[in-house]
Amino acid sequence: MTVADALLLALGAVAVGSGTLVVTSTQIVRAGLYLVISLGAMAGLYLVLGAELVAWVQVLVYVGAVVVLLLFAVMLTRAPIGPSADLDRPAWPALVVGGGVGLGLAALFVDAFRWVRYGMPAPGTTERMGAELFGNWVLPFEVLSILLLSALVGAIILSRPDIGAPKPTPGPQPQQPTPGAQQPTPGPQRPNVSAQQPDPSPQRVEEPEREKQKDGS
Amino acid sequence: MHAVIPYVTAALLFGLGVYGVLRRRNAILVLMAVELMLNAVNLLLVTADVTLDNGYRGGAFALFVIVLAAAEVGVGLAIILQYYRMRAAVHIDDVRLDGENAG
Repeated sequence: MTVADALLLALGAVAVGSGTLVVTSTQIVRAGLYLVISLGAMAGLYLVLGAELVAWVQVLVYVGAVVVLLLFAVMLTRAPIGPSADLDRPAWPALVVGGGVGLGLAALFVDAFRWVRYGMPAPGTTERMGAELFGNWVLPFEVLSILLLSALVGAIILSRPDIGAPKPTPGPQPQQPTPGAQQPTPGPQRPNVSAQQPDPSPQRVEEPEREKQKDGS
Repeated sequence: MHAVIPYVTAALLFGLGVYGVLRRRNAILVLMAVELMLNAVNLLLVTADVTLDNGYRGGAFALFVIVLAAAEVGVGLAIILQYYRMRAAVHIDDVRLDGENAG
């Protein structure tokens, strides 16, 4: 039992404990903050395991960006602040499948690796990681850049406001294949905006809340 | 160090992620559970670097998985927000896949 073992055990306990709270908490915002703790503990595990660059990328991308995105989504969907009872399904199937997967994999690893000691890894250097990335894995790296770009474009297209229109009027559709489709001319968009107005129920939801706020103030 | 500790940690975290995906109704919480699973896989890859002793391949793939997770979260949140704008709900139980105007 060395210092590295103690660190691995402590950080692993923190990661698993806060991960448990992520999937059991009844408050959405708290679940997101427990996710921060879990991801931070996993960054510490990476540091102990010698993968320094991965640890800091984890902090930057996960804790810095992904969790902030999730919290933005929590805000934008007007999630309830307090505890909410309708977050969960019945527990038994999830408990059986999740527990089976987790404990089964854990038993597999315990059986495979036993209590074998391994030498401590040398602290990772970014230079060697860069040589590995741009030496052996250049093609996946470039493919990933294309994937990020397409994910960006896909997210923008998915967020267009005229997708939610219930029944787009058949009039402007034949006009869209014309060159006007590439330029955002106001012509084809106006019917979509007008068609969207009767549809979205969030706007109807907003109005009573604002009235309540006015009443409260 | 004993490599079985991070391996078991990764296995338990993956199980927790599976549990969360199956248990939660709120789509944002489902995404959080998916993040837990992806991180468990990352931990597995980084630990494999130590035990297999062949350099930095696991770390490189962990970086790739992080990039994939970022793309997945971006598109997933765009879908969730669009769905919320259309139906004013984020409960994935209510998603009907059999028709455009259903639900």
